Amino acid sequence: MLLTIEGLTKAYPGVVANDHVSFSIGNGEVHALLGENGAGKSTLVKMIYGLVRPDSGRMTLRGVPYEPANPNAARSAGVAMVFQHFSLFEALNVAENVALGMDHPPPQRQLARRIREVSETYGLPLDPSRLVGDLSAGERQRVEIIRCLLQDPKLLIMDEPTSVLTPQEVDILFQTLRRLAADGTSILYISHKLEEIRSLCDSATILRLGKVVGRCTPREVSAREMAEMMVGTTLQVPTRAATEPGEVLLEVSNLTLRPASPFGTVLRDVSFSVRAGEVLGIGGVAGNGQDELLSALSGEARDLDGAVRLRGRPIGKLGPTERRGLAVLSAPEERLGHAAAPDMSLTENVLLTAARREGLQSHGFLNWGKSRGFAEKVIRAFDVRTPGADVAARALSGGNLQKFVIGREVLQRPEVLVVNQPTWGVDAAAAAAIRQALLDLAQGGAAVVVISQDLDELMEIADRFAALNEGRLSPPRPTRGLTMEQIGLMLGGAHDMDVAHV
Amino acid sequence: MDIFGSINLWVLLASLMVAATPILLAAIGELVVEKAGVLNLGVEGMMITGAICGFAVAVESGSPALGFLGAAVGGAVLSLIFGVLTQVLLANQVATGLALTLFGLGFSALIGQGYIGVRPPAMPRLDIPVLAELPGLGRVLFRHDVIVYLSIALVAGVWAMLRYSRIGLILRAVGENHDAAHALGYKVVRIRILAIMFGGACAGLGGAYLSLIRVPQWTEGMTAGAGWIALAIVVFASWRPWRALLGAYLFGGIAVLQLNLQAAGVRIPVEYLSMSPYLITILVLVIMSSGRSRAALNAPASLGKSFHAQG
Repeated sequence: MLLTIEGLTKAYPGVVANDHVSFSIGNGEVHALLGENGAGKSTLVKMIYGLVRPDSGRMTLRGVPYEPANPNAARSAGVAMVFQHFSLFEALNVAENVALGMDHPPPQRQLARRIREVSETYGLPLDPSRLVGDLSAGERQRVEIIRCLLQDPKLLIMDEPTSVLTPQEVDILFQTLRRLAADGTSILYISHKLEEIRSLCDSATILRLGKVVGRCTPREVSAREMAEMMVGTTLQVPTRAATEPGEVLLEVSNLTLRPASPFGTVLRDVSFSVRAGEVLGIGGVAGNGQDELLSALSGEARDLDGAVRLRGRPIGKLGPTERRGLAVLSAPEERLGHAAAPDMSLTENVLLTAARREGLQSHGFLNWGKSRGFAEKVIRAFDVRTPGADVAARALSGGNLQKFVIGREVLQRPEVLVVNQPTWGVDAAAAAAIRQALLDLAQGGAAVVVISQDLDELMEIADRFAALNEGRLSPPRPTRGLTMEQIGLMLGGAHDMDVAHV
Repeated sequence: MDIFGSINLWVLLASLMVAATPILLAAIGELVVEKAGVLNLGVEGMMITGAICGFAVAVESGSPALGFLGAAVGGAVLSLIFGVLTQVLLANQVATGLALTLFGLGFSALIGQGYIGVRPPAMPRLDIPVLAELPGLGRVLFRHDVIVYLSIALVAGVWAMLRYSRIGLILRAVGENHDAAHALGYKVVRIRILAIMFGGACAGLGGAYLSLIRVPQWTEGMTAGAGWIALAIVVFASWRPWRALLGAYLFGGIAVLQLNLQAAGVRIPVEYLSMSPYLITILVLVIMSSGRSRAALNAPASLGKSFHAQG
C-alpha cells in the first residue's frame, strides 16, 4: 500500500466536509474519487496535499505516519497535485511557472532543457519560454503536469483534469497517465465524469455529503449504477418532443470582433443563424472565444457593421438593456461578478436584469414588492435552495446560484436566449433540471444558443452543433448522427499532441 | 531669443538628477510593493515621515548618514502599520493608503515643531577624482552625493532581483496570482509585508533626500506631492525599474527646466510653468493607458486585492 487513510474528519462551521473517510491506494494504482459537487472531494485532497489540516484521523504514506504541515512537506514526501483551477501565473513564462512549483529549482536554462526532455518523454509538447497567458487550456494543463513530473512523485493527485480538454486531448492525457501508472506512480483521480473513470481507473471510492457511500471496481459496474450511488437517487434524463423549427430569429454574419482584454481571443468571421424552437450548441475548449461571442450577442461588446441581426434587423449597435427590451437575453459563464452581483440580495439581482421586462420599475422608482415576488417565483420554479430572496448571491452554492441565474432569464420569456456554460460546476440533478428548462424554452418557440465545453451536454440538448476554435466557428451541423470523433475533428484541438514513444 | 542660451545644459542635467532622486527612490520602492500585488497610496505620508525622521536624527547626531538610516527606519515602521492593517486585518488598501498619507502629514508636522529653521549637517559631495574633472559629463555624472548613486544602484538591483533571482520570481508570482502562490505553499502575507516595508524604507530615504540635501531644511508639507508623482511614475513605467528611472528623470527634467525658464524670465505666468510637470505626467499616463494591449499586461494581476487564505 502506498497511501492509507483512516477516519479522516474535517468540519467547517455549519458543515462536516469529511466524516470519517477511509480508503487506500496501492503502488501504481489509478484510484478514482467520485462524488457530486460539495461531496467533500476537494477538502479530502487538500488534506492529503497539506493545504488543510484534518481535525482527526490518520494518514500513512509508505508505512510511515504522514502529516504534511504544508504543500512543501507534501511535495518532499512525494505527493504532487494538478489543480482543478489552474494554479498558474499568466504573466510568467512556462519555465518560471514550473520553477515556482519546485523547492530547489535548477537555473532557468537547465530547467528549460529538463522541461523539454520530460515533455518529449511523455508526449506533452511545450515551449518553456512562452507566456502562460498565451497558452490554451490543454497546454496550461501540460505545464501543471510537467511541474509535477519533474519532482518524480509517488502519488499524483489530479482534480477534474479533463473538464477543459477536447476528446483527443483526453485520450492523450489518459495514455500519459497509464504510462505513469505502469512506471509505478499511483494516481488519485477526481472526477464526476463516469465514462472516463470506467476507462481509466482500477478502483473507485464514492463520496456523498462527506461520507464514503460506496467502493467499486469501475470496469465492472455501469456508469448508471455509479451515478446513482453518487447522487443517491435515480436520475431523470431531459426529454423533448420533436418540433419543426420556425423562422430565423437570430442571425450572425461575418462577425469579427477584437477582445477587450489582452489575453482575450479575436472573433474571426463568425456566422450562424438560429431558428425559433431550435437549440444551437456551440462547443469548444475554454479560451477559444466563448466569452467574446457571448458578449457580442448580449450587447456588452458592440459591432457597428450590422453583423448581428434579430429577425433581419441589425441590433449590433444596441447595448444589453436595449437588447433585453427586444427579448434577447443572456446568461454569462462567470456566476459571481458577471451574471450576479455577489454581495447583493437575490431580489436586487433580479432587478438588475429583469427590471424592464417584468415591469419592476416605474418612472425611475423600484417596485420592491414586485421584485421580491419575481425573485421568489424564480426560486420556486427552479428549486433554488436558499432561506429566502433576501440572501446575498454569494451565500448560495454554485449550483443553486446557477439555477437562479438561468431561471431569472428563462422566466422573462426570452425570444432569444444565449447561455455560456449553463451547468458548469452544477451537480447532476440540477444540471438535468437546467437542461430541461432550456429545452422547454425552445419548445415554446424561443431560439436558444448554448455555449458549453461539456460535449455530452450539447449532444443531449442541441439540434445543431458548431465548434469554436481560436475565434472561428465551424459551420453548424445537425447533432443527430454526429460521432465524438467527428466532433473532435471539428474542435481541431489535438493536432499538436503526440503520445510517448519511449 | 536668448532664453535657452542662458540655460547651461550641463548644469541642467546635473540638477535634474538631484531633483529626480527623491521621486526615483520612492517610485522604485512602490514598484516593488505593487509587483507584490499591494497598492500603497501612502507614499506621500511615508516620504514626509522619512523626511522629518531623517532630519531629526541627522540634527541630533550630527551625522547625515545616520539621518538617512533613521529615515529608512521611520518610513518602514510607518508602512508596517499599513501592512498590518491591510494584510493581517484585511482593511481596504485604497482607504488605508490615503489615511496613511494624512496621518504621515500630521505626524511629521508634530515631530517637526522644534526643527523649523534649523540647518541640518551637510552631506559631503562625492567627487570622483579625475572623472569629476571631465568637461561637461564629469559635472553631470561624477559630482553628486552618495544617495544619487545609491538610487541608481537600487534601480539596477531591483531590476536584477525581479528578473534573475528566485526571490524576485516569488514576488512577481504573489503579485500575479496570490491564490495560486498560496496553493504552492508560499507565504503570501509575509512576502507582501516585507515588500511593503521595503517600499516604506525607500520612500523614507526619498523624503530625507529632500529635507537633508535638496532643500535642505524642514518645513511642513515639504514633499508637496512628490509621493503622488512617484505613484504615477510606477504606472508610467509599466512596472519596469529602468523605465521608472526614465520617468523620474523626465519629471525631474521638466521641473528643473521650468525653474530655469522662470529664472530666465519667460513671459508665461509662473503658475503655468509650475503646473507643467504635473500636466505632462497626466498626459503621458493617458497616452500610456490608451493602448489596451501590452502595457496592461505587465501590471500585477492581483494588484490591490485583499488576500485571505481559504480553508
